[in-house]
Amino acid sequence: MTQRSKRFAKRAERGINKESYIHELPELGLCVMNSPSDPKPSIKLKDGVIVEMDGRSFDEFDGIDRFIAKYAIDIEQSETSMAQDSQSIARLFVDINVQQKDVRRVLSGCTPAKIVDVMQHLNVVEMMMALQKMRQRLKPANQCHVTNWKENPALLAADAAEAGLRGFAEAETTVRVARYAPFSALALMVGAQVGRPGTLTQISVEEALNLKLAMKGLSSYAETLSVYGTIPSFVDGDDTPWSKGVLASAYASRGVKSRFTTGSGSEALMGHGQGWSMLYLEVRCLLMVKGAGSQGVQNGSISCIALPESLPGGVLGVLAENLIAASLGLEVASGNDALASHSDIRKTAKLMLQFLPGTDFITSGYSLIPKKDNLFGGGNFDGEDLDDWLVLQRDMRVDAGLLPVREDETVAHRRKAALAMQAVFKDLGFPEITDEEVEAAAIAYTSDDMPDRDVVADLAAADDFLNSDLTAINVVKALSEAGFDDVADSVLEMQRQRVLGDYLQTSAIFDEEFNVLSAVNTPNNYQGPGTGFRVEGELWDKIQNLPQVIDPRSLVADEKADAKLTLTPKGEPQAGDENEVVIAVGPAFATSSDETLAKLSHTDVLKAIIAGIESEGANWKVVKVFTSADLAAIGLSGAKVSGSGIGIGLQSKGTALIHKSNLAPLNNLELLSQAPNLTLESYQALGRNAACYAKRKPPHPVPVKIDNTARLRLIVQTTLLHSREVNKIDEDRGLVEMAVSFQ
Amino acid sequence: MTNDKTTKNLTYPFGKHHRSEIPSRSGKTLENIELDNVLAGTVSPDDLAIQRVTLEAQAQVATEAGYTEVAENLLRAAEMTNIPDDEILDMYEALRPGRSTYYQLLSLSQRISSQFDAELTGNYIREAADAYRDTGLLKMEDD
Repeated sequence: MTQRSKRFAKRAERGINKESYIHELPELGLCVMNSPSDPKPSIKLKDGVIVEMDGRSFDEFDGIDRFIAKYAIDIEQSETSMAQDSQSIARLFVDINVQQKDVRRVLSGCTPAKIVDVMQHLNVVEMMMALQKMRQRLKPANQCHVTNWKENPALLAADAAEAGLRGFAEAETTVRVARYAPFSALALMVGAQVGRPGTLTQISVEEALNLKLAMKGLSSYAETLSVYGTIPSFVDGDDTPWSKGVLASAYASRGVKSRFTTGSGSEALMGHGQGWSMLYLEVRCLLMVKGAGSQGVQNGSISCIALPESLPGGVLGVLAENLIAASLGLEVASGNDALASHSDIRKTAKLMLQFLPGTDFITSGYSLIPKKDNLFGGGNFDGEDLDDWLVLQRDMRVDAGLLPVREDETVAHRRKAALAMQAVFKDLGFPEITDEEVEAAAIAYTSDDMPDRDVVADLAAADDFLNSDLTAINVVKALSEAGFDDVADSVLEMQRQRVLGDYLQTSAIFDEEFNVLSAVNTPNNYQGPGTGFRVEGELWDKIQNLPQVIDPRSLVADEKADAKLTLTPKGEPQAGDENEVVIAVGPAFATSSDETLAKLSHTDVLKAIIAGIESEGANWKVVKVFTSADLAAIGLSGAKVSGSGIGIGLQSKGTALIHKSNLAPLNNLELLSQAPNLTLESYQALGRNAACYAKRKPPHPVPVKIDNTARLRLIVQTTLLHSREVNKIDEDRGLVEMAVSFQ
Repeated sequence: MTNDKTTKNLTYPFGKHHRSEIPSRSGKTLENIELDNVLAGTVSPDDLAIQRVTLEAQAQVATEAGYTEVAENLLRAAEMTNIPDDEILDMYEALRPGRSTYYQLLSLSQRISSQFDAELTGNYIREAADAYRDTGLLKMEDD
């Protein structure tokens, strides 16, 4: 082994190197987009029926082929689409002159292998452009995960309220102890309506229980309908394409929205990849989802995300999944939910592929709560990251589904949700939610801040609730009787919407007035610059006005003179003897500004420099340079009227240098460029060194603190103080020697 | 269950354009399902259930918007409004892999189709039966 580099060793410890990176191994399904055993595109029709697809004849079809051939491929379109060159189809995706519906029509006639073949022609940026066009709903949105380790219903309701307030269009919960499900579904629904009327809610539990809770009116959508690209994986998941299809109809028959779940890597992980690439398997899934008539899908590898990320092109493949789903006309909740990396850089970079083009739901579960309380196995982005997300939206003028909130309104909504749950529990005879729990829920960080509940009593009551005739109607009544009429009305309206069925259409969500926004009434009409969804007007105001945004003028003190320092004009400077150092100050120094970026007063800075010069036995005089705010020009102007040819340039914000009369402006002797890091000792040393140059003695190093973040922290202040200096430029006054008096 | 009214040519979203005209399964319209009615105890789960014709009208909307498969699903859903919760859960269970023989699925198909006036759903189950038979998803006869 060669010698270990300390830099390589340090990098080896980083998050990015805690992950697995592997070569492709197609026979185990460890291959993202192009397995040697992936079928070649083909189709043969006979009497209006598909008798061959992707090289397999009808007799060789497995259950998935059968389902796709029967329900998902448009027979009338198929021969045209299959005959079209894949590259020319790929170009339709990024051609702004081609409408979304026309791309969809071409794709509706393609077999799985053909769709994979088309994707091979698109690079990452083209796929993002395509996704911007192919997303179904005009406005992007987001979905969140809300859970807590203690499964405390008051905390769950409070978090759901915060989720709604923050603008999440959908909120999903799940349970650690399955028997808690009825209470968790109830808390999520009530809380979310407190946060924002119209927020859709769901609980992820076993299919039959899920359907039962939806039938009781306790959840308004479902996305538990997982499908897989091979039959053996399907069977391991205890379903078939047809059983999932019946579930989709069943939810719709109860007026409940649903979407399917798929994702690269699940088949390989289950040991049933059959040697096909992840993308080929995923396209089979997506065509099955389409064939079942689901309005949408959550995909993007979801909980298997680390597997494609271990392979070359994995993140690109996951983007391709989202793009294909949208292009098949499906609502897409585009992953970014399960923890995908140890590296924040890698997580964020991957997120941008969906965040920037916009999808129906940028994540299929943003973890609203701290990681510790996430029962989905830890979020990729958690409660701690909310402000990062909001700043990214502001940076890029993008709506990724979240709105800024104020702390006081958030706490108020959380408290109200917890109080509403307290009232419902009381009215329905469930174990008490105490005042202490309500208050804790309003301000909690995690469920560690919540008092413990009697779990045995809760579970018994939850069982009874599930088996009783109680439905959301009883919840509405309880809320109203306790004085929460507005919440009651929202919960009731959510039930009434089931009668209308508007939100069963593709990509449907509600705004806060229960107006449905779907691909039917608000379709994505992107066709190049100036079209489609744009962040403008009131929305842009909201996105940019984060609570931490301040008036820049508040960052620096008002313009004022230094009260302890008087500079009295004496006239044009006359050169002194060769022992002289000129201290040349900027136009605003001591008269319009009184301190540096390091908060040192101009008095103290000038005194320190003078002390330094005098300690080496040199003379000094102060000259104010009115002709420039630029440090080099100030310093050089001073040097030119100095008897020794040495001048110190000093800007009002504190940046300083030593200049010499015969040097080029930017070629100074010494520069203290980081004003925020300078101390009085630095200025004194600068004065001493200037005197040394004048007396031709060797200078000494100037002590300077190192702080690499100074510029980052103080760049606005720097701009404001420098602007003040620039404003005081007065060419006519030129250079003026100043008499100095300290009070 | 009968469909005494044909819902046609409704403008989407129905909640905006036809809110007062869409009856729930019990026949009530939404203006009779207000908070006061809930407090008076006169609202039942059937008052908040979607009618078959409404789903058929939503299917029409989906078709016109170019979502053919969604429309077909909504038409099956429309039929399933006639099918009780427990029966739906049983039907789902029967369609899971290895749960039913070919003949069990065929008879389920026949019964669903005739008993609940659900021809599309019946066809769907029959297609499943054929596919399960051909691709090995049936219950073994001697299980």
